[in-house]
Amino acid sequence: MTLSFGKTAPVKSILIPLIAAAGLALVAPAAQAAGEAKKPRDIAFSFEGPFGTFDQGQLQRGYKVYREVCAACHSMNLLSFRNLAEDGGPFWDPHVSNPNENRFVRVLAAEFEIADIDSETGEPIRRPGTPADAFPDPYPNATAAAAGNGGAVPPDLSVMAKARKGGADYIYSLLSGYQPAPAGLRIAPGQHYNPYMPGDLTPFWEGDHDKVPYGGFIAMAQPLRDGQVTYDDDAPETIDQYSRDVAAFIAWASDPKATERKRTGIAVLAYLAIFAGLTYASYRQIWRNVKH
Amino acid sequence: MSEHQSTYVPRTAFERWMDTRLPIIRFGADYMSLPTPKNLNYWYTFGAILTICLMVQIITGVVLAMHYVPNTEMAFASVERIMRDVNGGWLIRYVHSNGASMFFIAVYIHMLRGLYYGSYKAPREMIWIVGCVIFFLLIATAFLGYVLPWGQMSFHGAVVITNLIGSIPVIGGSILTWLQGGPAIDNATLNRFFSLHYLLPFVIFGCVVLHVWALHTAGQNNPVGILIPKDRVAKDTVPFHPYYTVKDGFALILFLIMFAAFVFFMPNALGHADNSIPANPLVTPAHIVPEWYLLPFYAMFGSIAVLFILPWLDTSRVRSMRYRPTMRVFFYIFVVNAFVLGLCGAMLPDAPVIGEFKTFMLIDGDLNSYLWLGRLATLYYFAFFLVILPMVGLRETPLPIPQSISEPVLGGPAAMPAGAPAQPETRG
Repeated sequence: MTLSFGKTAPVKSILIPLIAAAGLALVAPAAQAAGEAKKPRDIAFSFEGPFGTFDQGQLQRGYKVYREVCAACHSMNLLSFRNLAEDGGPFWDPHVSNPNENRFVRVLAAEFEIADIDSETGEPIRRPGTPADAFPDPYPNATAAAAGNGGAVPPDLSVMAKARKGGADYIYSLLSGYQPAPAGLRIAPGQHYNPYMPGDLTPFWEGDHDKVPYGGFIAMAQPLRDGQVTYDDDAPETIDQYSRDVAAFIAWASDPKATERKRTGIAVLAYLAIFAGLTYASYRQIWRNVKH
Repeated sequence: MSEHQSTYVPRTAFERWMDTRLPIIRFGADYMSLPTPKNLNYWYTFGAILTICLMVQIITGVVLAMHYVPNTEMAFASVERIMRDVNGGWLIRYVHSNGASMFFIAVYIHMLRGLYYGSYKAPREMIWIVGCVIFFLLIATAFLGYVLPWGQMSFHGAVVITNLIGSIPVIGGSILTWLQGGPAIDNATLNRFFSLHYLLPFVIFGCVVLHVWALHTAGQNNPVGILIPKDRVAKDTVPFHPYYTVKDGFALILFLIMFAAFVFFMPNALGHADNSIPANPLVTPAHIVPEWYLLPFYAMFGSIAVLFILPWLDTSRVRSMRYRPTMRVFFYIFVVNAFVLGLCGAMLPDAPVIGEFKTFMLIDGDLNSYLWLGRLATLYYFAFFLVILPMVGLRETPLPIPQSISEPVLGGPAAMPAGAPAQPETRG
């Protein structure tokens, strides 16, 4: 037997169905299977896209929500008060280049008592915070945090927008997406239903097996209520607005250099584009007499 | 090429003095004037791009090592501190972490180019084999580096990969303990991984020197795939500089534009969200997946070995697949298959591939599952190297290949003598 292949025909006849099959394989997983979380709602945040920047008013409101609600249980270990006054941060003042001298942040830091050692006597003391201090931890250690929250340690929020698929959209959706558990779902004490929480509810679902609800269980009860935090601007004091603002604040905290990064990126791309043009012109010039 | 005569003439007194003692200037000059086939296309620019990738990784890595703390308690925070408090640290770290992905994009294109144009065939087997060694070292280095930020995926990825070694019968357990520096992945593991992650790039650098040495000895392949006859060297080659420095340079800048788009606008797009959670041995992520560039191999472990013997698996005398229409079809399927394997590595084995329906159980899984898609794709991967390459090489009828590089450029296929021999060297 000899294998005889045409010159080009088999390429198309084999490749087209193959590419179609590969395409189908890529599209297919989009169908949502049981035991999945609801897709986060897509919010048009100001910091999205290559030119997006943080809305300073929103970051200030978000900090207030974090400070008055989230900080009761959640730490933000990677942040210091001075970060709030850095370029692009919630309290950035273009006239004060040194964040440690920012008057808002000095006041905000002084609201906290920080554990320290007296430099003269070596005795443990508590003193008012300074911009150089890290955000204080609400619990002395992880065991205390777990004991105070039904066994679940409230996760650190420093990089939460990077640590969850969906980022700020996910945080917003989770916080504003609490709803009563569907009838037929067994909930353990200390647990709460949230359609955006990753998990698989199949073992706890007593209803129709083809209609397992989205989402999972979360140890945190709905943390926000309408009117809970007083805003100093005209923004509405609603769960939806609080969730948006604190999601934006956490997105900033997770990636405080995002604005600087994108600004640099535009310049780098412009430089590379010009460089590419010049190099291509040189290439054409150098190769002009070579047939290839 | 091997017969390339040095054309360097020392001009100054210092150059003459150096030339009789340490002819390093001659070496550089000869390197830059190397006669290079004039028909190399843009697929051939990835060698230069990879050199830059390696340099970028080494330079950013050395700076990162000045700030990184290889300690399980502090590693995660030290990486975040680099991105928050070190001047320009976010840039250096994102260049390094995305640089690994860029490195693999370039490596895969470079390898597929070699596969397509038959660059692994005589007399270039050693270039290919050293290249396989570099690829293996790259995988090891990337894996070690991914563990260093000590996120959830770092830790549990390290557990999965080291446990593969632990599953070797009898001796596996001891090797595993030795590798981990203890009974489990812990501080000792992180310290040695950091040490090795710093060491291996320099081993890679040494292998790159061998790779380029072998290349300059055997001469470069080209898209036509023929060895350039001695009497045609002048007509069919151009000096490496400035002809290929400018062409490689242009391709490099286009590559850097893609690189910059990732670094500046989607620096975490190729990473996994779970790695922004500090490592916790007590909480296992729902689905442990490696970085994208290892997904095809995660789906079918132990498939790199076959690459080393590739030069002896291909029975065809024709190098370039330009003249092998049959083999070319299998090559394109191979490329698609590689993407399918990558997809299988990312998916849960039990998830259905098409739609929601079940077909029938085959041995241990539903036919409509990534388990079986992965197995079929793995079968093709090995069949490509072990069955298709040897068989097709013996049975195919290649297209007529030109006598020299200039022919297809100047005259097109029509200018070739009618009934030109398909292969200059005929087989019995």
